[in-house]
Amino acid sequence: MRTITFSEALREAIAEEMEKNPLIFTFGEDIAKQGGIFGVYKGLGEKFPGRVLDTPISEAAINGAGVGAALAGARPIVEIHFVDFVTCGMDELVNQAAKIRYMFGGQAKLPVVFRMPDGVGKSAAAQHSQSLESWFVHTPGLKVVVPSTPYDAKGLMKTALHSDDPVMFMEHKLLYGIKGEVPEEEYFIPFGEADVKRQGKDVTVVATSRMVHESLKAAEELAKQGIDVEVIDLRTLVPWDRKSVIKSVRKTGRLVVAHEAVKRAGWGAEIVATVVKEAFDYLDAPIGRVGAKAVPVPFSPPLEKFVIPDYKDVVEAVKELF
Amino acid sequence: MDKEVLLSLFRTMLKIRHFEKRVERLFLDGEIPGFVHLYIGEEAIATGVCANLRKDDYITSTHRGHGHTIAKGADLKPMMAELFGKTTGYCHGKGGSMHIADFSIGMLGANGVVAGGIPLAVGAALASKVKGSKQVAVAFFSDGATNRGTFHEGLNMASIWKLPVVFVCENNQWASTASSKEMLSVEDVAQRASAYAIPGITADGNDILEVHRLSKEAIERARNGDGPTLLEFKTFRIKGHFVGDPELYRTKEEVEEWMKKEPIERFKKYLYENGYLTKEDEQLIENSILNEIEEAVEFARSSPFPVPEDALTDLFVDDRGYDYY
Repeated sequence: MRTITFSEALREAIAEEMEKNPLIFTFGEDIAKQGGIFGVYKGLGEKFPGRVLDTPISEAAINGAGVGAALAGARPIVEIHFVDFVTCGMDELVNQAAKIRYMFGGQAKLPVVFRMPDGVGKSAAAQHSQSLESWFVHTPGLKVVVPSTPYDAKGLMKTALHSDDPVMFMEHKLLYGIKGEVPEEEYFIPFGEADVKRQGKDVTVVATSRMVHESLKAAEELAKQGIDVEVIDLRTLVPWDRKSVIKSVRKTGRLVVAHEAVKRAGWGAEIVATVVKEAFDYLDAPIGRVGAKAVPVPFSPPLEKFVIPDYKDVVEAVKELF
Repeated sequence: MDKEVLLSLFRTMLKIRHFEKRVERLFLDGEIPGFVHLYIGEEAIATGVCANLRKDDYITSTHRGHGHTIAKGADLKPMMAELFGKTTGYCHGKGGSMHIADFSIGMLGANGVVAGGIPLAVGAALASKVKGSKQVAVAFFSDGATNRGTFHEGLNMASIWKLPVVFVCENNQWASTASSKEMLSVEDVAQRASAYAIPGITADGNDILEVHRLSKEAIERARNGDGPTLLEFKTFRIKGHFVGDPELYRTKEEVEEWMKKEPIERFKKYLYENGYLTKEDEQLIENSILNEIEEAVEFARSSPFPVPEDALTDLFVDDRGYDYY
């Protein structure tokens, strides 16, 4: 099968859907001429004139216009430069996008996708490195997608562009360049279906986004030490696939949750609480959690490395359970 | 303007006034829960603007949204039922007064966030432009909203893209308990339009004919692809910020002064003087409005409350796999 990058996979999904559906258009900062700061929109500005729009630096108006355009029957894709800047347009997501269908009694459909790069880059420091998905998980009314591979990114974006509900599409910036197998044929990945990225029998690691790759690396390391790790990629956090997680924990008896976002009150805690309630009798050990330390992401490489989790933290967390 | 149009404007203004008076009473009697913000004294603006809109044009509204909803053509029964929190309401009891909406007539909702509707209207206008549907969006907001960033971001965006949107500022002199004189850096909100290179016009918002004329021009301009306009209509919030507001921040004299300029009496005087309205016609119009409102109240009263589990509906179009508990 051919391999393409995460970025190319997203671009393909967007281009395929724009080709089919004239109601899809997209806007954000630096996307038409520049192709997006991470290149996701490369070439789309020329391919779809008038449907890929550069905006001023106005996150509130960008997000709000995304909501308004969806209410008026279009299907916008909104890009926020970095997830960190979503704070400047938060009301439009939390008080408008998330609530409009509900508070208006189901009158509205909101077919809008908010894309945003998150996670650490290379020493991008405190205001360009965050993982904020838990904020949106905590807000009823938004769907939250956190892909880890080119295959998943494409299939989930295709689904997002057919969804009539607002979708937060979080893309880790270190993943844009990774390559993976993506078939030429069209496919969709439904929301709420986890993917077992590695089968194992001794311990379940639940991860998303970049931490899926770190967890797979940890699993290789642990295999050498005789521990067989099952890695589950949730792919979407709202809704999330509790069945697959419970099933896996019932098999392995051990669980570690791993995300790059700050550990404290991160979405991993929700998974832990659910497993404790629904698979308590199957647990052979306490549950491990991996996440960033509770400080802003620092600039200097050794500081950043210390704060942000990687495969070694997963290895350590797993070993603590044995 | 012909007599039919004039009387239709009069009828809408009067309908809003009586609806609001009835709602005030119902709230004080404890029949309507939550918060209620009345539009009394500002009727000419919603009426004059919406009279120039097509049914498929869009409006976004504010926490003080009953007038806009009625002027855009909403049915009083589901409106009143919504205020009562009943299942037959426009939003099945999930929105109430602050979130009244009727998407079937392009009324994209009252909004509890000041200036929250502005970017939404910009987005609706953007969709109209992309679709080529020639629909116009109108954002209603008050003087207080023009101090929010969304106002400035929205005007700039609408200007650079020449979007078919009209920004209607109802300068009612008071933002909650704060006087616009103290909170605005400009004498007239319309001055702010110059920063975004769009026309900004200040006019008497209690003069229905002036509101009608200016909004007609701005809406036509928007529809013809000539871009947005900021219309500032000076008016006055005759009632408190919400029903029950003790209004300690302003004087009775100020309110009485503005009462003399209130829009309905003024328009009535014009209609009588020009022979458009007779005592008999006025009575007929008034009676039919009062009947319609009483029917709406009866409808609301006799409608059932939602069952508690209804709280878990209407969140997503597709809620497969979603945990409500």
